[in-house]
Amino acid sequence: MSTPATAETTATPAPGQPAVCLRAVDKSFRNGDQITPVLKQVDFTALAGEMLLLVGPSGCGKTTLLSVLCGTLHADAGRIEAFGHTLSALSPALVTRFRASHVGFIFQQFNLLPTLTAAENVAVPLRIQGVSAAKALPRARELLARVGIGDKAGERPNRLSGGQQQRVAIARALVHDPALIVCDEPTSALDSVTGHQVMDLLRGTASDGRRTVIVVTHDPRIYRYADRMAEMEDGRILRVLPSPAAIAAAHPHA
Amino acid sequence: MFDIALKMLFGDRAKYAMLVSGIAFATILMTQGFALFFGILSFSYATISNVRSPIWVFDPLVQQIADNQPLRDTDVDRVRSVEGVAWAAPLYIGGATAKLLGDGGSSQQVTLIGIDANTLAGAPTNLLSGNVLDLRMAESVIVDANFVFQVKALRGKELKLGDVFEMNDRRARIVGIASLSQGMGGATSIYTTWDRAKGYAPSQRKMLTHVLASPQAGRSLAEVCRAITEATGLKAVSEAEFKDMSELFMVKYSPIPFVVGLMVVIGFVIGVAISGQTFYAFILENTRYLGALKAMGTSNTTLAAMILLQALIVGLTGFGLGVGVMSAFFSSLPPGRVPLLLLWPVPVGVLCAVLFICMGAALLSVLRVSRIEPAIVFRS
Ligand SMILES: Nc1ncnc2c1ncn2[C@@H]1O[C@H](COP(=O)(O)OP(=O)(O)OP(=O)(O)O)[C@@H](O)[C@H]1O
Ligand SMILES: [Mg+2]
Repeated sequence: MSTPATAETTATPAPGQPAVCLRAVDKSFRNGDQITPVLKQVDFTALAGEMLLLVGPSGCGKTTLLSVLCGTLHADAGRIEAFGHTLSALSPALVTRFRASHVGFIFQQFNLLPTLTAAENVAVPLRIQGVSAAKALPRARELLARVGIGDKAGERPNRLSGGQQQRVAIARALVHDPALIVCDEPTSALDSVTGHQVMDLLRGTASDGRRTVIVVTHDPRIYRYADRMAEMEDGRILRVLPSPAAIAAAHPHA
Repeated sequence: MFDIALKMLFGDRAKYAMLVSGIAFATILMTQGFALFFGILSFSYATISNVRSPIWVFDPLVQQIADNQPLRDTDVDRVRSVEGVAWAAPLYIGGATAKLLGDGGSSQQVTLIGIDANTLAGAPTNLLSGNVLDLRMAESVIVDANFVFQVKALRGKELKLGDVFEMNDRRARIVGIASLSQGMGGATSIYTTWDRAKGYAPSQRKMLTHVLASPQAGRSLAEVCRAITEATGLKAVSEAEFKDMSELFMVKYSPIPFVVGLMVVIGFVIGVAISGQTFYAFILENTRYLGALKAMGTSNTTLAAMILLQALIVGLTGFGLGVGVMSAFFSSLPPGRVPLLLLWPVPVGVLCAVLFICMGAALLSVLRVSRIEPAIVFRS
């Protein structure tokens, strides 16, 4: 893969082709003079159009890996390629622009701006790209309708339930049509029924084959939504289960 | 993105009100401190403010208005004959005792001002009642409204036009009540003519303390002052210079400006701390959301501009509110009696300080936000 001059262009790989590749990635955190290695020579690939689950014990480095692969955290060593860009070689400003145009985020704590309405929140990624409010808001309402809460467009987040807030977050992650969606524990703040509804929505966003969805989770109830699953332990990818059948076989109680 | 910045700011009414009132409070603190400082200083030249004359001529030893050294009566003519002087008039300033009639001889210390009966140069311009020209009638005086106020408060007697009291056993009849500035210690002024002042003042050989003068049209104050000094050997200064001299004397020789100045500095520091902290705390509370915006691809430059805009708005509204409250308060005060002076440099200076502080806090916040790892948004 070669790196185009700007961070906005997207090389769209065909469904099933590598979309995000990490090679020999290291990341450690420094606290005073104590250095904690968190990612150790990680090799990792996410395919175009798949929903990939990233699982593993607490503290094994899942969130760190997710942060590194979407460009919110700079790796110490190794190569990170995503949609035709070598993230590990881009300047911080270009990585920021890469995130603006390529990545949709879904967080455990939703992170909706409390003083903005649902529609205004959803419009944020478009606004970041310079789209006017007049153009962004109708699109945002469209997305809210698509995630089933079209009637809540004018509400502030604190007037919405957790599940509704996560739907707003999903709409926000989709509004600018990014090639990659990263989710960290998207269901752990939700009850079981709402969690399944949210996963159904996320599943749907990947299934058109153009979008890669990577979900970090602790929650075995949602294993069945995955196309593939990467299992981490102590800063390394232990194994990759390549199909729903393999996941079901490895985790029969999920 | 600026509309989003504004919504972050205005969206939480309670928090916004807190922010703005924090800045408003700091503004009030700083404004009142400076106003108090200048107000106290203005006491030192109250009489200069009351008399109003383009040029003041006096003994070279005099360093301030409250120091009255006698001149020779002929000095008025000497000043008048100096090239470039349009007019010159005698002035007496001194202490006197006003004795109220009919209540067992209770008395008030006052500043007696004797002005030239012909020109009435230096007469009060701000008469609440009565007529300046009546000063030419026998036994007549014009009193300070603050004198009336004090007499009412202390003796329960409401003085009005036509009322009579005594100074140095001579009758003084009120023909005017003027709004005048009070001196330090609450000293009020009583105007009469220069000739009559001789009778009202405890007997003195020489009754001339100052010569008031004005430059001819087209002559500069400085030029004429210099000419007077050269010709007469007396000191001649403009009104502004005389005020400065009196102020400087007070700053040098009275402990009050230092004490008040210290208060001002403390108020200023507290104001800085409050407004800086208020805004910085607002940014800290928003770190999570600023981090989310950053993760989603907002550049550091955009975030910085958003924060600076927020700081500017908070600073301006807080300042406006604070200054509004202060000027409403000041204009409700009786003039000349309270040592608060809202000179224009005060609000301008405080505005600069407030904006400087808000911008400083904003820059600190920007620095902090630019250092946030966008990955923090994944942490719960
Ligand atoms: N900013 C940081 N500074 C220092 N140490 C960090 C930082 N972020 C993560 N770590 C450490 O790195 C390790 C991995 O953290 P990470 O959040 O990636 O784990 P995780 O697999 O997501 O855990 P969990 O399932 O509990 O969310 C942990 O030991 C954590 O303490
Ligand atoms: Mg985690």
